[in-house]
Amino acid sequence: MYPDYMAESLRKVEQSRPRRLELARKPDPVYPPMNEDERRAVLEGFHPDFEPSARRNVCVGPNKGESLTTEVADLLESHSWLRSEQVDLSKPDVETDMLIIGGGGAGCNAALVAMREHGIRSVIATKLRMGDSNSMMSQGGMQAAVSRTDSPTRHYLDAIGGGHFENKPELVRALTEDGPGVVKWLEDLGVVWDKEQDGSMKVMHGGGTSRKRMLSCRDYTGAMIMRTLMDEVRNHPDMISVKEFMPAVELIMDDAGRCAGAVLYNMDSEEFITVKAKSTVIATGGYGRLHIRGYDTTNHYGATGDGLVMAYRAGAKLMYMDSVQYHPTGVSFPEQIAGFLVTEAIRGAGGQPLNKDGELFVFPREPRDIEASAIIRECVQNGGGVPTPSGRLGVWLDSPLIDMLHGEGYTEKHFPAMYRQFIRYGIDIAKLPMLIYPSLHYQNGGIEINERCETDLPGLYVAGEASGGLHGRNRLMGNSVLDYNVFGRRAGKYASEYAKSVKLGKLSVAHLDAYEKQLADANVQTELVTPILLPSYAPKDVKKRQLVRGGNSLPGASVLQNRLHDERADA
Amino acid sequence: MGSAPAGAGGVLSSSQEDGQQGKAVGSLVTVYIMGKAYEVPAEATIMGAIEYAGHQIIRGAGCREGYCGACATIYRLPGDYKIRTGLACMTMVEEGMTLAQIPSVPAEKAIYDIEKLKPNVTAIQQMYPTVFRCVACNTCTKSCPQGLQVMDYVQAAKRGDIAAVMDLSFDCVVCGLCMLRCPAEITQPLMGIMAKRLYGRYLRKESPELAERVKAVEDGAYAAEYAELMKMGREDLSKRYYARDSE
Repeated sequence: MYPDYMAESLRKVEQSRPRRLELARKPDPVYPPMNEDERRAVLEGFHPDFEPSARRNVCVGPNKGESLTTEVADLLESHSWLRSEQVDLSKPDVETDMLIIGGGGAGCNAALVAMREHGIRSVIATKLRMGDSNSMMSQGGMQAAVSRTDSPTRHYLDAIGGGHFENKPELVRALTEDGPGVVKWLEDLGVVWDKEQDGSMKVMHGGGTSRKRMLSCRDYTGAMIMRTLMDEVRNHPDMISVKEFMPAVELIMDDAGRCAGAVLYNMDSEEFITVKAKSTVIATGGYGRLHIRGYDTTNHYGATGDGLVMAYRAGAKLMYMDSVQYHPTGVSFPEQIAGFLVTEAIRGAGGQPLNKDGELFVFPREPRDIEASAIIRECVQNGGGVPTPSGRLGVWLDSPLIDMLHGEGYTEKHFPAMYRQFIRYGIDIAKLPMLIYPSLHYQNGGIEINERCETDLPGLYVAGEASGGLHGRNRLMGNSVLDYNVFGRRAGKYASEYAKSVKLGKLSVAHLDAYEKQLADANVQTELVTPILLPSYAPKDVKKRQLVRGGNSLPGASVLQNRLHDERADA
Repeated sequence: MGSAPAGAGGVLSSSQEDGQQGKAVGSLVTVYIMGKAYEVPAEATIMGAIEYAGHQIIRGAGCREGYCGACATIYRLPGDYKIRTGLACMTMVEEGMTLAQIPSVPAEKAIYDIEKLKPNVTAIQQMYPTVFRCVACNTCTKSCPQGLQVMDYVQAAKRGDIAAVMDLSFDCVVCGLCMLRCPAEITQPLMGIMAKRLYGRYLRKESPELAERVKAVEDGAYAAEYAELMKMGREDLSKRYYARDSE
C-alpha cells in the first residue's frame, strides 16, 4: 500500500481522471507531442547522458580519443584476466564450426538457423543458464509491420526518427523488412501470439510508433519467445552443444587477424577452456548491471558488457557508446521492486504519466529518451515528483484508465506479470496508479556491425544488444525483441557461410599483450579486471573484509576482484 | 540538474546498485540461510537478504524480476511445520525464516520434432507419460509461486485439452518448484512448454494479413520505397518523419 502522506496526491489523480479519460477516448493526442526543437531541449537539459561527468574520452583501443559513457570508458581501460603466455593454444580443448557467446535470444536464433539452414554445428557458451538474458524479460512486445494499415517502410521511418536519424540505414532496413518473416518463424516454432477473434495479430502502440505495431504474448512476450527458442535448441543436442556457467573471457585470433574462437571460464571449477571455432558470434547482450550514473536497472544479473570489452581488445570498433537508454517507467515505489520494468505497453494501452497534482505533463508515447527526460524534468526542475519514504522521486503512471478504456478485467488478463508484481505489495494497478521513475534499461550502441552482422574482424559476428548502429542513439520499444530475432538469424546465416570457407591459421591471444602495452603507454592506472561477469551486491563493509584472490595478471583473478564501481573514486 | 536515481535505502531490491547498503537500514530480522543465522533488513527480499549477508550468488539469480525462475527457494517459518516455496527475488524475509535456494531442479526434457507431433493427448502420452501418474493431490498448485492452477493444467493435459494447458500454464516461469514437490514425479513446466508450442504451431487462428505481408516482402514490394528513404538526407527524412500521420 502507499504511505498515508501520498493520499492527497492520489486524490488529485482520481479527481482529474474523468477529464483525462475523455481525452483518451478522442482520436487526438492527450497531450501535444514535442516538435524537433522541444525534443532537443529536453534531452540536452535533462537526459542523464548530458550531465557533465556522463562521458569522457577513452585513451586506448579502436575508439581512442572518442567520448564514451564514463563507465564504458572505465570498462575498456582495464586489464584482461589473461596474458598470452598463460594460454596454450596448441591443442584447443574444444573445436567447433561456430562458437556462439551468449545464450539469450540472439544466440539461440543463430544456432537454430546455422543448424537448420546450413547444417552447421555450434557451441553456445553462456555465463548463467541458457535463457538468463534480457531477452527473457521483455514484457510489452515486439514491433513488426504486419497490420494492413502499416508497412515495413513506415516502421523504418518510425525507427530512424526515434533514433534521431543517426541509425545505420541498412540495419534499419534489415530490421523492418525481416520483421514480418520473424513473426511467422516464431509462430511456426510455436510462439503463442496475442490475436484478435478473427486470427489477425493483436497490435498496440508503443512510444514513437505511428501505427499500431506492437505484437505481444500477454506481458510475458520475451519469456514466451525465449522458452520456445530454448526448447527447440534443446531438441538438437547432437548439433548444438550448450555450455552453461561457462562465459567467454577473451577472444582467440589467428595469425591473419581472423577471430578464431574464445577462451571460456568454468564458473564452477574455475578452469579456463579454449575453444577453436571457424566463426564466432558475440550475443552477450548489454550492460545494465554497470549501474551507469548510479541508476537502478531493469536488466538481468549477467548484463555486464562482457562482449564489448572482449571485442574491443581484439580490435573491433564500437559505435554510439556514448548513449544510454533509461526506460521512462521503472518502479520507484515499493522499494523492494525499485528499478523494475513497468512495460511501455501500459502507456500503449492508455496509461498516462501524471505529476503529483494529477496533471499530464508529457505525451505518453514519446520515444523513450524524450519521455524519460520529460519525467526527470518534471521531478527535478518543476517539483512535480512524489517523494518516496527512502528518498526517491516518482511520477504517477495512471493504470486504472486501462480497464476504463478496454473493459473491466483487461489489466489483469493482459498484464498478469505487472498485476502480480504490485499486488504482492497491496497495490492493485487496476484501481491505483503506479509510482515510476526512469531506470537504466538498454545499451543503445555497441560493436559496430553491418547488415550481415560482420564486424571489423573477419570471423567475428555480433547480434542483438551487444551490437551498435541499428538504433542510433535511442531505441524504440519493441525493436530490441525484433533485433535479437532478425540479427540473431542473420548472424547464424552469414557466420555459417563464412565457416564453410575459412581456413584458420595459427591461433594466438597476442592481442591481449598488445592491449596491455597500450594501457601502459597511455599511463592508465587501474586495478579493474574485466570482463566483470557478475556484479556484487554485498554491503560495503562486507566487501572491505572480503578475500581478494590473485593479482590481475594471474589466470583465476577471481570475480571477487572485478568490481567496476569499487575502482571508481566516487563509488 | 542532477537526477535522483537511487534512494537512501537501496538494500531491499535486486535491481539496485551496490554501495547504498551502508546507510539508513531500518529494523533487522534474523534469517537462517542454509542453516546459518544472519541479521538482515526486515523489508528485504530473500535475494536481497542473501546478498546483504555477503554471498555472491552464481546459481540462484537470473532476471531478478520474476520472469526467469532461476531463484526457486524453499523455506520454513518458526513454529510452522509447512514447507513453503517462493522466488527469492519476489518473496520478503520474515523473522526466523530458515531458507535454502534450489540451484537446479533435475528433470529430463523430452526430445521431439514438433513437425511430427499432433496437438492431442497422444503427444502428451508419448513425450510426458508421467502426467498420467497424477493423483490430483494439488501439491503442485500449492507450491506455485506464480499462483497458477498447475494441477488443473495437468488434468487438462490428461484430457488432451492443449488449449487449456496453454492458457493455464502461460505465466509459468519454470522455477521447477512444482516438479520438485510432486509426489507423482511429473515434470509439469516442461510439459507446459511443449503444450504451448503445440498450440502456437497447430491450434492458432491463422492471420491472413501476416501471410500476405510476408509474401509482399519476399516479392520485393517495398524495395523501391526503401531505396528512396535510404537515399534521403537527414533534413528531408526529418521533414517526412515529423509530418507523418498517426493511427
